[in-house]
Amino acid sequence: MSNPLNLSENTLSKIDEVVPKYPEKRSAALMVIHLVQDELGAVNDFACEWIANRLDLQPINIKELVTFYPMLREKPWGRKHVRVCRTLPCALRGSYATCKSFEKKLGVKEGHVREDGEYSLEFMECLADCGQGPVVIVDEKTYENVDGDRAEKFADLLLDGKLDESDEFQSYEDALLKKTEE
Amino acid sequence: MNAHLQERRIILKHADDPSYSNLIGCYLREGGYETLKKAFAMKPEEVGEEVLKSGVRGRGGAGFPAGMKWKFLDRKSGKPIYLICNADESEPGTFKDRQIMYKDPHQLIEGMMIAAYAIGAKQAFIYIRAEFHEGARILNRAIQEAKDNGYCGDNILGSSYSCDLVVHRGAGAYICGEETGLIESLEGKRPNPRIKPPYFPAVLGLYQCPTIVNNVETLCNVRHIIEMGGEEFAKIGKPNNTGTRIWCVSGQVMKPGYYEFECGALTLGEMIFGVCGGLRPGRSLKAVIPGGSSSKILRADERFSGKLKDGTEFDWGLEDIPLDFDGPASVGSMSGSGGIIVMDDTVDIVEAMANINAFYAHESCGQCTPCREGSLWMRKITQRMCSGGAREEDADLLLSVANQIEGRTICAFGEAAAWPTQSFVTKFRDDFIKKASETVEEKNSRKLQLI
Repeated sequence: MSNPLNLSENTLSKIDEVVPKYPEKRSAALMVIHLVQDELGAVNDFACEWIANRLDLQPINIKELVTFYPMLREKPWGRKHVRVCRTLPCALRGSYATCKSFEKKLGVKEGHVREDGEYSLEFMECLADCGQGPVVIVDEKTYENVDGDRAEKFADLLLDGKLDESDEFQSYEDALLKKTEE
Repeated sequence: MNAHLQERRIILKHADDPSYSNLIGCYLREGGYETLKKAFAMKPEEVGEEVLKSGVRGRGGAGFPAGMKWKFLDRKSGKPIYLICNADESEPGTFKDRQIMYKDPHQLIEGMMIAAYAIGAKQAFIYIRAEFHEGARILNRAIQEAKDNGYCGDNILGSSYSCDLVVHRGAGAYICGEETGLIESLEGKRPNPRIKPPYFPAVLGLYQCPTIVNNVETLCNVRHIIEMGGEEFAKIGKPNNTGTRIWCVSGQVMKPGYYEFECGALTLGEMIFGVCGGLRPGRSLKAVIPGGSSSKILRADERFSGKLKDGTEFDWGLEDIPLDFDGPASVGSMSGSGGIIVMDDTVDIVEAMANINAFYAHESCGQCTPCREGSLWMRKITQRMCSGGAREEDADLLLSVANQIEGRTICAFGEAAAWPTQSFVTKFRDDFIKKASETVEEKNSRKLQLI
C-alpha cells in the first residue's frame, strides 16, 4: 500500500500488527486512528481517507469517529499538551484555580494552542484519579494534587523543561516504573 | 482506627506493597495463576456455578449478579462467544480499576482467562479508556508475559482451549462505559447505545454474537471466587452483598483515596469521619454523593426511614447508611461504582449542580432527543444561575427538564443525567431559590469555584 501520509515504518508495522487482531477489520478503526494521530498529531480528511482505505471502509466511517470522540483531533494540539480535570471531585479540590494558573503561566486559553505551537491547554472531563485531585496530565503522564498554588510552580518547571527531574512532582506513571525497576 | 474499620484487602492485597511490582514474577511469587490451573481442572459450567453461588454483583455500577449474567448466554446459536472487560472507568468519583490495572494487571488477566474458559469465549477484549496511556502499555506487556508462560493465548496451560486477549483503547467518551455503547465502539462505530431488547449482550452483543461484558473489579473477583469457592466467598460481606468493595472517596475529606472493605463492614459516617479522617478543620458536612456523580445526592441532615428487603425497619441519618449495595439503594440513591464524593459547607450547591450538568451535557451521545437537548438545557440553566441570572422559577424549570429525560432514552445515561438534577433541586430547593437573590458580594466572597 502506498504511503501518502509519510507515516514511519514503525507506525505502519504497528498498524499491520493491530488490524488482524480483530475478527472484523472495522473494529481496528479506533486503534489505527490512535496510531496515525500519535504520529501526525491529528487526523485530517486526507488521513481519514487513507485509514478508511486501509480498513476497506468509507472515509465518513472514520470521520464520524474523529468528530465524535473527545480525544481525537482534526487539528493538532501543541508540542506539549496539558490537560486539567474539570469534573466535580477535582473541582472540589480547586481545579478551576489550577486551570487559571496554567492559562496565565503558559500564555494560552483553555481549549486552545499557543500561537507558537509550543503549548496547548485542555480543561477536560474526569480523568479517573479523583482521590488525588486536582489531576493534571502532561502528554501521557499524570500528576496529582496540583492545586492552584502548586500549579504555578509546576508550570515554571514545565516551561524550563525541568519537570521530569523534579522531586516535588513525580508522575503516577514514573512512581510505578520506579517500583518495576527495583 | 477502630478494629472494625480495618480494611480487608482481597483485590488490592498487593497493590500498594512496596516490594510488589506489576511484573509477572511478583504475581507468581504470590501464588498467581494457581487459580487458573484449578479452574482448568474443573468443567467450564462448574466454574460458572461457583460464580453464581458466590452471589457476586457487578462492580461497574448496576450491581447485577455476574453469575446470572453469564447464565443468559445464548449457547445454542452456534455463534462465537466474546468476553469484554469494561475498563472504561469514567464515572466521576471512581478510580479503583486504575489501581488494579496499573499495579496488579495479572490479577485481571487471570480473572479474565478463568471467565473466558467458563463461558467458552473465542476471544477476549479489555476496553480501556484512552487517558490510561501507560495502563494500556502495562496490560499489553502483562498479556505478553502471560502468553509466554502459557496462561493466555494459544493452548492455555497445555489444554486444547485457546483465547486471545486484546487491549482496545477508547478515545475519551463517557458513553463507552455503557455496555452496548462500548460494543458499538469496539465494532469501530460511534458508541451509540443499542435499543433494548435484547436486554443483554449475552444474547446479541459484539458482531451480534453472544457477549459478556464485566467490570475490571468483577473479573478480579472471579479469580478469588474460584480460589476460595463460591460458598466461602459468599460468607464475605452480607447476604445479597457478598465480597469486598473498593470504595473511592473524593472531595473534601482529609484523607481521600481508595479503601477496600467487606460489604456492609462500615457505615458512610465511619468511612468519612473515621477512615478518611473527617473534614477539614472548622468545616461541617453538607452533602454526599454516594455512588459516582450520577447517583442521587444525600443531604447531611436528612433522615431516612423505611423497610429493608428482609423486612427490618430502619431509621438512619446519613452517617448510619451501611456501605454495601443495598444501603445506599434503600435510601433512594445507589452505591453505583463506589465513588463517594464528599462536600462540606463551603460548597455552593447550585455551582456543584452546574458542574455536574456540564459533564453530562458534554458526554451525551446525542442519539435521543430528550437527553441530547435536556442535558444541554440543564447545563445552560444552571450556568446562567451561577452567572448572576438566577430566577426563583429555575428550580421548577430544572425539575421539569430532568423529569422529561428520565425513562425516555435508549440507555441509562438519561437517568444518569436526570438523577443529579432531580435530587439536588428537590433536596436543596432553598439553595436554588436563594440563588435568585444572591448579591455580587456574596458570589465573590466564595473562594471555591466549581463552574
